[in-house]
Amino acid sequence: MDKIAVLKEEITKKLSETADLFDLDKIRVAYLGKKGSITALLKGMKDLSPEERKSFGAEVNKLKTFAAEKIEEKITELKEKEVEREIASMPQFDITTPVDLSRGSYHPITLVQRQCEAIFKSMGFTVEDYQEVVTDYECFESLNIPKHHPARDMQDTYYLENGQLLKSQTSAAQNAILKKYGKNLIENGVPIKAIFPGRCFRNEATDACHENTFFQMEGVMVDKDISISNLIFFMKTMLSEVFRKDIKVRLRPGFFPFVEPGFELDISCLICGGDGCPSCKHSGWLELCPCGMIHPNVLKEGGIDPEEYTGFAFGLGLTRLAMMKYGIKDIRDLNSGSLRALSQFTDDE
Amino acid sequence: MFLSMNWIQDFVDLSGLDKLELIHKFSLSTAEVENEIFHKGSDISGIVVAEIKSVEEHPDSKKLHLLKVDAGNGELTDVVCGAPNVRVGMKTAFAQLGAKIGDITIAPRPLAGFTSNGMCCSEAEIGISDDNSGIMDITDDVANGTDIKDIYEVDDIVFEVDNKSLTNRPDLWGHYGIAREFASLAGRELKPLDVEDLKAYDELKKIDMKIEDDLCQRYSCLQVENIKRNISPVNMRIRLYYCGMRGINFLADLTNYLMLEMGQPMHAFDSRKVEKIRIKRFDKPFVFRTLDGIDRNIDENTLMICNDNTPVAIAGIMGGLDSEIVDDTTTLTLESATFNAVSIRKSTVRLAHRTDASMRYEKCLDPEMTDVAIARFLYLLKKYDSDVKVVSSLTDEYAFHYDTVTLGFDKKFVDRYTGIEIDNDTIVKTLTSLGFKVTLDNNNFSVVVPSWRATKDVTLKADIIEEITRIYGYDNFDINTTRSPLYPVRVDAVKSNEDKIKDILVKKYNLHELHSYVWAYNDELKALNIPVENNIKLANATNPNIETIRNSIIPTQLCQVKTNASYSPDFGIFEIGRVVNGIDKNNLCIENKKLAVTLFSKTKDIKTLYFELRDMLAVITNDLKHETLSFKKAEPAHSYEHPINLNAIMIGEKEIGTMGIVHPVVGKKIDKKASIVFAEIDMSEFTQAENCAIVYEEPSKFPPMDYDISLEIPSGVFYSDLAECWKNEGSAILKNTKIIDTYDTETVHSLTVRFEFSSNSRTLSSNEVQEIMDKVIANLEKLGVKLRNA
Repeated sequence: MDKIAVLKEEITKKLSETADLFDLDKIRVAYLGKKGSITALLKGMKDLSPEERKSFGAEVNKLKTFAAEKIEEKITELKEKEVEREIASMPQFDITTPVDLSRGSYHPITLVQRQCEAIFKSMGFTVEDYQEVVTDYECFESLNIPKHHPARDMQDTYYLENGQLLKSQTSAAQNAILKKYGKNLIENGVPIKAIFPGRCFRNEATDACHENTFFQMEGVMVDKDISISNLIFFMKTMLSEVFRKDIKVRLRPGFFPFVEPGFELDISCLICGGDGCPSCKHSGWLELCPCGMIHPNVLKEGGIDPEEYTGFAFGLGLTRLAMMKYGIKDIRDLNSGSLRALSQFTDDE
Repeated sequence: MFLSMNWIQDFVDLSGLDKLELIHKFSLSTAEVENEIFHKGSDISGIVVAEIKSVEEHPDSKKLHLLKVDAGNGELTDVVCGAPNVRVGMKTAFAQLGAKIGDITIAPRPLAGFTSNGMCCSEAEIGISDDNSGIMDITDDVANGTDIKDIYEVDDIVFEVDNKSLTNRPDLWGHYGIAREFASLAGRELKPLDVEDLKAYDELKKIDMKIEDDLCQRYSCLQVENIKRNISPVNMRIRLYYCGMRGINFLADLTNYLMLEMGQPMHAFDSRKVEKIRIKRFDKPFVFRTLDGIDRNIDENTLMICNDNTPVAIAGIMGGLDSEIVDDTTTLTLESATFNAVSIRKSTVRLAHRTDASMRYEKCLDPEMTDVAIARFLYLLKKYDSDVKVVSSLTDEYAFHYDTVTLGFDKKFVDRYTGIEIDNDTIVKTLTSLGFKVTLDNNNFSVVVPSWRATKDVTLKADIIEEITRIYGYDNFDINTTRSPLYPVRVDAVKSNEDKIKDILVKKYNLHELHSYVWAYNDELKALNIPVENNIKLANATNPNIETIRNSIIPTQLCQVKTNASYSPDFGIFEIGRVVNGIDKNNLCIENKKLAVTLFSKTKDIKTLYFELRDMLAVITNDLKHETLSFKKAEPAHSYEHPINLNAIMIGEKEIGTMGIVHPVVGKKIDKKASIVFAEIDMSEFTQAENCAIVYEEPSKFPPMDYDISLEIPSGVFYSDLAECWKNEGSAILKNTKIIDTYDTETVHSLTVRFEFSSNSRTLSSNEVQEIMDKVIANLEKLGVKLRNA
């Protein structure tokens, strides 16, 4: 019996002296392993009488359980200590250092274009793509601007050697769009609702306010009863969505050969809200986009009977919109290719 | 164009109405008014008529005079004055003590030893002309002490209308037409013009005049003599000055006045120089000296006014120096005419000389106006110079008449166009106030367009809508959405791909989207040793640096990379833009939309960067089309392409673009140490290439088996050659192969390839895998590939 007490004391002492799991495992093997002291006691029992064997066996088993429990406790204790050590070994990082914002960027025109497209898509408009090199017919003739019309003076067009031109306005796509969807309108009653964003070109000297290359977004809607009232509704709705606030709009007569009546659309100044400030030259209004009811001759040229159908069209200056929205003062920054300027525009849905 | 409210009110009574509000309404309903409104005379007060009673030389000053003036207050006032034109008995404008001129209040002021108790003013000081040569010389018979504002129209509201917004309105180029708009907007009557009855002179001789060219629509003329007056009435001069014109002399001022009043340009010739008026063009070019003394080249398309065969004026643009009114002119011939607008416009462009007259003629003036203008001119002439004598009858040839425009429409048409309810009475009233003759019969309108709107402006029913709605006021519109039926919206495939590609490049690869111009940048490219390739050019480029349309975005991007080389050691840029690749058989440009990507790195070696670019394109293709890209060696076609590492990008058998490493010569010009790679993909080829559907493969329930082999690859053997070795050997159970390790020395290129086998129906045996691998290895060995540690 002494042997058991000695072993118990020995185990207790050794465990108290152990500080790592490796040593602990050695202790476990030394006592509970196949060749361990406790196992040896059990093996030695075969020499005892059945009675002795019974009582001694019970004692040894008790010791075995005691040893196993103590070792398990010690394991738990050591593991906890190890986690504590691990935690303590990690310093508190200085999270206040400058962040790394390296990431890609969209061109600001892409951002405003996407916003406008999303709004019109949500109202059932298709988004059309159109080329940049167009014919005189597309850019002028089909838009009720015959040769020598004074309206051609208004725009200094870039002509190419083959007689084609770089489109001076997105309206250059109007005729093609009317022809593309006209059949479906006439035969199936599907209204034409399309926007076509694109790049336009004017042969003029550049400065902070003038560019020879800029973006517009044209929109048309044609159906049986499209009215001026509808036009104002769509313009106001779209602009309020773009600027994410209720925008006041006003229409003034504007002369453009491809619309009748034609309008200049002004919006309440975004900076002062209409009270007058230097941005709006103290008028409270900003001139934003020409629009109007599509001229009967333009509808006719697109194969649509103006007696039966009416429609509106507008031309929104995307470049101007981007400048207003992001406070870009020099229009030339947009085509500068400068990453210092243009890498600032992250997603802005 | 500047407009005077006083002048407008000659023709419409606007009393009791807020003028600024009316101008605002005009801007919203008719034509754009510039923001700044000028309140003329508002900064002037206390200036009266005074008579100079005595003039003494200042003892110490050669310039100054000591005056005693009678300002009508019963005593003489001492004034020190520096004007050279002072004389006894002269009446002038006198700022009394307490008078205000701008920010200055007149107070007693010591001046070279004497006190001046007021100030004699020049016209410029009062703001009624730019004449600052001396004090105002008042010749009208008015009592001393009269406030000059009581006798002259110093107070006025002047506003400016943007000429561009009048392009389509020939009738608005004079105050009378503007007054018609104000009358309509204010709901007041437009007064008729006071004119002289020209019939009274019908018995007098005709002028020898003949239109010999159909570019002249109408020519009216009249001869007058005995004009004594030289200086215009003050009020006339004030109006002209406020409207931006300098006073010259009575006759010249009156022609200008008529033009600003009626929009009808007029010209006065010395009658001796136009005895036989002929309007025609010449067969040959010649030089003609206009009255501004400039010699101008006249060609055979320019319409001229001639004295028989001697040109005396460029029709509609400017008179000649030789036929101008001179000191000994006794009889003058007044011209009032209309010409073909396009012809005037073209002549103006050819001569590069735009005048107040030509600006108006370009707008298609109403020919009905020529004789009325003469009648009005004569009325004013006689009003201010009663001795004038008319010596000819009105001589008038009316060669071209515009058709009378009559438009019919019904109420429904108006309702449909406007989307709101405007009642018949309002429609009739509005149109009538603008000079249209309206008949209404049971909701059917018939409208005769007045001549001044019928030259080109109003020709369609839709034009009538504008007239009705602009006066109704767009601010008064109820706004409503449409009632159109709904249908699904079609999506343009190129457009949709474009958006997705931008998202991947920006969000996954941190690339920056840039825009650039559609032409090649000559100078910038030269600096990079990249010649501009031959392509279609702009016909009217003003800058030789931007003449040739680009055939690729890559050269532009290389310029942009150079610009940004110091921005960051690593960056990538992209653009989806357009290029032109020559001309097709119909002589039309072949325009293509391209995705261009260029990567720049000072930290990565060129191979790593090139493979990054390759994987980027493969990810895009896989993401959008579930297709695999393949690459083929390409032959360089452009100076900036690397001769060896240049590849065609393929989807299946379709070539969609090119990628490559930049040629070292160009690369070094950009940055000596950086790695630069580029790719350009044709958006429409990309979009048209086949789209694969997503094919779902159920994950196997049986354990997969991997088999790795390490291979030593001889030079000239590509991975695509290796792939051929197992392409047909794997049966259905070889699911995937991938490179898990590469090991390169100077002499040895080796790869470890993992073969992943699995089956959905059974557990694979190592024997069947080994069998396949044996065949694969045999194939590889045929290529000269050696197994390492096999």
